[in-house]
Amino acid sequence: MTQQTYIGKPINRLDGLDKVTGKAKYAAEFDTPNLLHGYVVNSTIAKGKIKKINTQDALGLPGVIKVFTHENRPKLAWFDMSYKDQDAPPGSPFRPLRDAKIRYSAQPIALVIAETFELARYAASLVTVEYEEMAHQSDLEANRHRARKPASGMASLLKPPPPKPKGNFEAAFAAAPLQVTGEYVHAVEHHNPMEMFATTVVYEKGRNKSGGKYTVYDKTQGVTNSILYAAQVFDIPFKDIRVISPYVGGGFGSGLRPQYQLFMAMMAARELKRSVKVVLTRQQMFSFGHRPATIQTVALGASAEGDMTALYHSAVGETSQFEDYTEIVVNYGGMLYPPENVTLDHQIVSLDVNTPLDMRAPGGVTGISALECAVDELAFKAGIDPVEFRLKNYTDRDPLADLPYSSKELRECFRQGAERFGWLKRNPEPRSMRDGHNLIGWGMATGIWEASQAAARAEAVLLVNGKLRVSSATADIGTGTYTIMTQIAADTLGMPLEDVTFKLGDTDMPAAPIEGGSWTAATVGTAVKTVCEELAKKLFKLARKMPDSPFASVSFNEVVFVNKMIQLKKDSLMAVALQSVVDSNGGAAVRQISTGLPNMLKQRKYTRSAHSAVFAEVTVDEDLGTVRVTRIVSAVAAGRILNPKTARSQILGGMVWGIGKALEEESVIDHQFGRFMNHSLAEYHVAVNADVHDLDVIFVDEHDDIVNPLGVKGLGEIGLVGVPAAIANAVFHATGKRIRQLPITLDKLL
Amino acid sequence: MNSFAYTRADGVTHAVSERADEPTAAFVAGGTNLIDLMKENVARPTRLIDINRLPLATITDTENGGLRLGALVTNADTAYNKKVAKNYPLLSEAILAGASAQLRNMATDGGNLMQRTRCYYFYDLATPCNKREPGSGCSAINGFNRIHAILGTGTPTGEVQCIATHPSDMCVALAALEATVRVTGPDGDRTIPFAEFHRLPGDTPQLDNTLEAGELITAIDLPANGFSKNYAYLKLRDRASYAFALVSVAAALELEGNTITDARIALGGVAHKPWRRPEVEAMLHGKSVGNDVFQTVADALLDGAQGYGHNTFKLELAKRAIVRALSQAAKLN
Ligand SMILES: Cc1cc2nc3c(=O)[nH]c(=O)nc-3n(C[C@H](O)[C@H](O)[C@H](O)COP(=O)(O)OP(=O)(O)OC[C@H]3O[C@@H](n4cnc5c(N)ncnc54)[C@H](O)[C@@H]3O)c2cc1C
Ligand code: SF4
Repeated sequence: MTQQTYIGKPINRLDGLDKVTGKAKYAAEFDTPNLLHGYVVNSTIAKGKIKKINTQDALGLPGVIKVFTHENRPKLAWFDMSYKDQDAPPGSPFRPLRDAKIRYSAQPIALVIAETFELARYAASLVTVEYEEMAHQSDLEANRHRARKPASGMASLLKPPPPKPKGNFEAAFAAAPLQVTGEYVHAVEHHNPMEMFATTVVYEKGRNKSGGKYTVYDKTQGVTNSILYAAQVFDIPFKDIRVISPYVGGGFGSGLRPQYQLFMAMMAARELKRSVKVVLTRQQMFSFGHRPATIQTVALGASAEGDMTALYHSAVGETSQFEDYTEIVVNYGGMLYPPENVTLDHQIVSLDVNTPLDMRAPGGVTGISALECAVDELAFKAGIDPVEFRLKNYTDRDPLADLPYSSKELRECFRQGAERFGWLKRNPEPRSMRDGHNLIGWGMATGIWEASQAAARAEAVLLVNGKLRVSSATADIGTGTYTIMTQIAADTLGMPLEDVTFKLGDTDMPAAPIEGGSWTAATVGTAVKTVCEELAKKLFKLARKMPDSPFASVSFNEVVFVNKMIQLKKDSLMAVALQSVVDSNGGAAVRQISTGLPNMLKQRKYTRSAHSAVFAEVTVDEDLGTVRVTRIVSAVAAGRILNPKTARSQILGGMVWGIGKALEEESVIDHQFGRFMNHSLAEYHVAVNADVHDLDVIFVDEHDDIVNPLGVKGLGEIGLVGVPAAIANAVFHATGKRIRQLPITLDKLL
Repeated sequence: MNSFAYTRADGVTHAVSERADEPTAAFVAGGTNLIDLMKENVARPTRLIDINRLPLATITDTENGGLRLGALVTNADTAYNKKVAKNYPLLSEAILAGASAQLRNMATDGGNLMQRTRCYYFYDLATPCNKREPGSGCSAINGFNRIHAILGTGTPTGEVQCIATHPSDMCVALAALEATVRVTGPDGDRTIPFAEFHRLPGDTPQLDNTLEAGELITAIDLPANGFSKNYAYLKLRDRASYAFALVSVAAALELEGNTITDARIALGGVAHKPWRRPEVEAMLHGKSVGNDVFQTVADALLDGAQGYGHNTFKLELAKRAIVRALSQAAKLN
């Protein structure tokens, strides 16, 4: 039934104009009369207790309404369960202002509420705290002997721990004529989306149990996550609270859990019965979740001919003292390569830091960045071209799960990527290419990311004016959700794009899960397709009942929806306009709410992944160690590409992230204080324009009926996964130096 | 950020007298550094004296053939000024190597001299810092000191107090060019040779420079010789733009054929002030250009340098950067 008028076309971002003209409003930009402003005070120590917190100077300022601390915070939900969100790892979630205990540096410890933001911020500077300090541990390396298995919980469903060992790694490795072993160390990174975390709670008086109604504008990657949290923690019935988040200025995972400004703003609004806004500062953006520091070991063995026989991959990551954050780091080698002898291990160390938080390609980019460097090293030892080596060790099935892939056009990624890059001209010898002081290197790596799908609901309404409105409480974190959902709806119901609107980010809409893990296109896309198909059936039924209906004796399978009409497939003249269908509905819009569900029975027989082949060129100044990434080609196989333009942007963004992770990004913790010190965008370096040169994206055709009815795999993470390893491998090719510590800053190459 | 009063100064005398009346007040020019410091509560002026309307925003010729840069000329206008670009390309390049286009459009030349260190601890009230709070201790010495100084950190007592660097690029070029800073204050006008403007921390790291309390910079004078033939500004940093220098080198040579008749070398990112050693520069006089002699000079310039862990790589990096900058200035490559 579906037409292909819009799907697959490079439609411009539908929200683009609103964004660049400032019409699009973000959480901190919503306003209401008599709004109060909150400013958060954060701890200056990493571990200990608040002995005394002095708020009288702050309270003495005219216009300061209240200072909330652990001493005067209202009674809140008691059980941990109420504080668990959709992305909560096993453990006991952090509860702001719970008690005097300090669990990590920059923990929020007070909220100052005042008439203006400036006043609240000034008053916050007058709050003084006396601490009883305790010795803290923030150094992963120094504490790695305490590594242990993470607790399992709900989160383990989405992030399964590594499987049991297969074969006998030790024996196979010992016997392998070709061996490589290396330890890989990655720094902590912070998401740092452009938009600061903010919540504006608009309060309306009411005589209901929760004292009124709350409209909450929140920066989040999922309004359903925020509403569940706020409703449970503050004991507010769902009918009295609504969370709205139409636009998100970047998330990268930071908005997968409700951040503390939501708690703070809700608490203050409920207590003071006033509207309250809390906006965090850039420095405070370093006070919540982060990509964990990791130490990984990869050991690979191969036959003299370069057939891989043994694979060992272990990772130790940090977590907080109160939750066991985990991610899938080590499984990918087992999925991509064929050795019969595989041992995988993932452990964590509790430190006095905040709980890490999923950050773009969580675990995947970490593990692949180590694994793919080791594979490069092994290929080099075997004297085989890195692409050839990967083809030689290619798997059509997933050896780890012993399942076929639902589709895997990785071979084609290698071929098209190599061709576009000019890989065949590569001289395998390190240090073989130079231009003046600059050594030139070419490196490549494979990327892989799960193609997942969850359940979501959506509503579709054919309005009385004949236009279509579709909605789902999902998010658009800059990925293009608005645009692709509109395309799917328009094509499913045969309507022009301008007659279709897609709305999201509002808990009054049918529920959708948090936007993360590259699953939104599949999850919400399926819901949108399903609801439009079911609306189509409803419309067809109505059309059949119309007087003199041409469809009186026709079945649904015999019609198509095209050009705002229902048409008989066999005879396009036999048609009914959608407008007349609503007209005949007694002046009422026709609506449908449906759930899009993953087809588990079909899916579980396959491993479902997106793949990529990344080729990078770097120049390295031989004397000064400065690295430039002059070219990257990324060939991606990710099922059907709904919109090549927004899709390309996603991959480009991932490549820029890859440059940052490989060469620049590092949140440096000073272990004297257990505190991140470079907490500003001047000192925490993300890639800037001048770091980004020629980026080329190829989408390889890939047909997949199994992943979901749309055949899409998601693109949020796959653009990043293989990039850092490709860059690190290019640095090796340029210099002959294997740098196993990210980021590769110039000092490591001197 | 504290609450503060605001005055728009309508003349140089007005600005200076406002400041004399209220010693806790601060001049504000582009605000690109001061406002950030206020947001972090590192600077807490009771009043901002806005000097942006003062008539100090022009670039004029001086009697002795040089140029006078008004204190309020923006960094961008300075770098792109035709005379500066032609006669002092070293200065243009140094400015353009700094910050971002947006910042350079706001930042003023006077403010650039007065910008404070980027030391992480200086910016974070949670940690001790002798520069922010004399006597509280220096967190950087045993901490994360990647961007910190390797030269000139000595003190009379021998106990290092501060290893901060002056972060400016522009000032490195000004040091090499031997500019002069013109200031005016409650006690009248005076000029300060550039080498004496910034200071080493010693045991008073809270003082960045030798400006007296209440003095206002009115202009920066460039001498006639801009070394426009043989110069190089080399900046090494953690990304290609919008990052402060780990090490930077301003190199300027006068050549007769292959023979060096005059040489200036100033280093950024390695000390509390742009680092120069005229006696080392003199070693180049009469020598032929070549990497061996440059290497000798680089070693001598780094004499006495000390690393503190994270920044120890700068010892080697600075030497290599000096050799490269000199060879670029000499057009050896
Ligand atoms: C993110 C970031 C990156 C940067 N990167 C670089 C870089 O790579 N290289 C570089 O060189 N710089 C860099 N800068 C610094 C920038 O150059 C300075 O902030 C700027 O030059 C300061 O000028 P301003 O006019 O904005 O000073 P303001 O912020 O207005 O003032 C700074 C100080 O100077 C004082 N002051 C200002 N004018 C006068 C005067 N006429 N007389 C006496 N005192 C005065 C003020 O009282 C204040 O104490 C960067 C800044 C930022 C924020
Ligand atoms: S180096 Fe100087 S500015 Fe930095 S912490 Fe030490 S005393 Fe403070």
